[in-house]
Amino acid sequence: MTTQAPDVLSTDELVVTRQDGVAWLRLNRPKALNALSPSLMMALTDAAVALDADPDVRVMVIIGSDRAFAAGADIKEMAEASPVDMLTRDTIALWDRLRRVRKPLMAAVSGFCLGGGCELAMACDLMVAADNAVFGQPEINLGVIPGAGGTQRLTRAVGKALAMDMILTGRQISAGEALAHGLVSRVWPLEVFEDEVAEMARAIAAKAPMALRMATESVDKAFETSLAEGLDAERQRFYGLFATVDQKEGMKAFVEKRPARFVGR
Amino acid sequence: MSEAAVVPAPTAPYTTVSLVVEGAVACITLCRPDKMNAFDDAMKADLLSALKAVERDPAVRAVVLTGSGRAFCSGQDLQMDPNRANALPVGQMLREKYHPIFEKLRAMPKPVIAAIQGVAAGMGVSLALACDMRVMAQETYMTVAFIRIGLIPDCGATWTLTRLLGPGRAFELAATGDKLPADKALAWGAVNEVVPGDRVLEAAMMRAKALATGPTRALGLLKKALDHAIEADFPAQLLFESHMQQTAARTADFAEGVRAFGEKRPPVFTGA
Repeated sequence: MTTQAPDVLSTDELVVTRQDGVAWLRLNRPKALNALSPSLMMALTDAAVALDADPDVRVMVIIGSDRAFAAGADIKEMAEASPVDMLTRDTIALWDRLRRVRKPLMAAVSGFCLGGGCELAMACDLMVAADNAVFGQPEINLGVIPGAGGTQRLTRAVGKALAMDMILTGRQISAGEALAHGLVSRVWPLEVFEDEVAEMARAIAAKAPMALRMATESVDKAFETSLAEGLDAERQRFYGLFATVDQKEGMKAFVEKRPARFVGR
Repeated sequence: MSEAAVVPAPTAPYTTVSLVVEGAVACITLCRPDKMNAFDDAMKADLLSALKAVERDPAVRAVVLTGSGRAFCSGQDLQMDPNRANALPVGQMLREKYHPIFEKLRAMPKPVIAAIQGVAAGMGVSLALACDMRVMAQETYMTVAFIRIGLIPDCGATWTLTRLLGPGRAFELAATGDKLPADKALAWGAVNEVVPGDRVLEAAMMRAKALATGPTRALGLLKKALDHAIEADFPAQLLFESHMQQTAARTADFAEGVRAFGEKRPPVFTGA
């Protein structure tokens, strides 16, 4: 598949392109360092939901610019809001739509990844970074706390000590520190970042889609259930995959020492 | 070169440094000669701002950093009330005011050459060592003087000294604060070239001009790869090199290099 730009799902704040089974969702509010406005979040979740239903798309990558993945939310819009305003707008509810996306969602972080930006990245299934990435939850400096999952997902990702440290002091951490603490799985030099992200995304896109879905669901279960229930859930999915064409193809190809060609059934 | 020529006035908007771009080479001069170019708040801000300016300017492809008057740089301005010395938030001052300068020197994707035309003391040594190469005046010396006032080297000097000279020589210099004269600095590998004092700037500018005709992007990647090598094990460095090389291979200068090689002529690099 070749690049289709601009994709119909693009807006002036989000550039969507597709290549080789990978859909790229590029946050594009350069002047605001990709602050997550309600309109941007709407465009992003709309696009993610639509791409989730597109059989040609196997994996989605959310990416920003070299300078910023996303530097937070629009503070000006919130400054004078009452609790009732916040509840009626309930812009964070948009984020729940991302949780229902079933295809692997990858956050490719370069530059600032702060506040809502960090929460968005953590809401993805995979998180990788360029060596200039900076992560933080600076909400405490504004007299509030993270509101889109920061206290929950950061704690699950890096543990209580570092999560408390970051959330109570507003301290930002480097890509190296994020890698050391398991917030991201890989870090590349900024110079080759997009190439490496593309290669990783293509590699995932070439896997069996049903297996990817069962795998992400299974890993997510680890945060939601007891170990016994999680193991049961995993085993059911494992056995279930033996009903797929791709399992037969995958194992046959392995025995025949050739690359598998997965069809998504 | 006359004495007047090496004491330039600050250039606007700076009050403590001069920034002059000559062709593709930017020359940044510390301009507090009466204070031996010691850092005050203004000079910290000016130097960082000048470094950012040359980093941003695509016409600049190499940088020379030098001092004016008798000193290259004598480090932090030490005029203070001794009774308040213990209350100084030194760590915070280093992290907030100085480290951005030194990090910028290492992150600058273009070569930076120190022209050490006079004494480099304390943090002045740190500054010279944070550059990519050093040309030093025959008559002058460096002194890692921190220990003489009860401090240790900062702004990366413990790092750069150890890597340039090895731990034994680094300890000797830092533990004694003894003068390191130019000839010994050359023998120990602390500087790349020693010339008579009146030719230091010229020699550094010549090196900078030569580098400024090079493939600038590749030079920036080279700098990053060499810094990475200091920390990395061999497999990690191989991987990092491959990343930097992939990036270099995308430059117009690489295409020109290959073309010139095939045509058996010298390449004309543009820095793109």
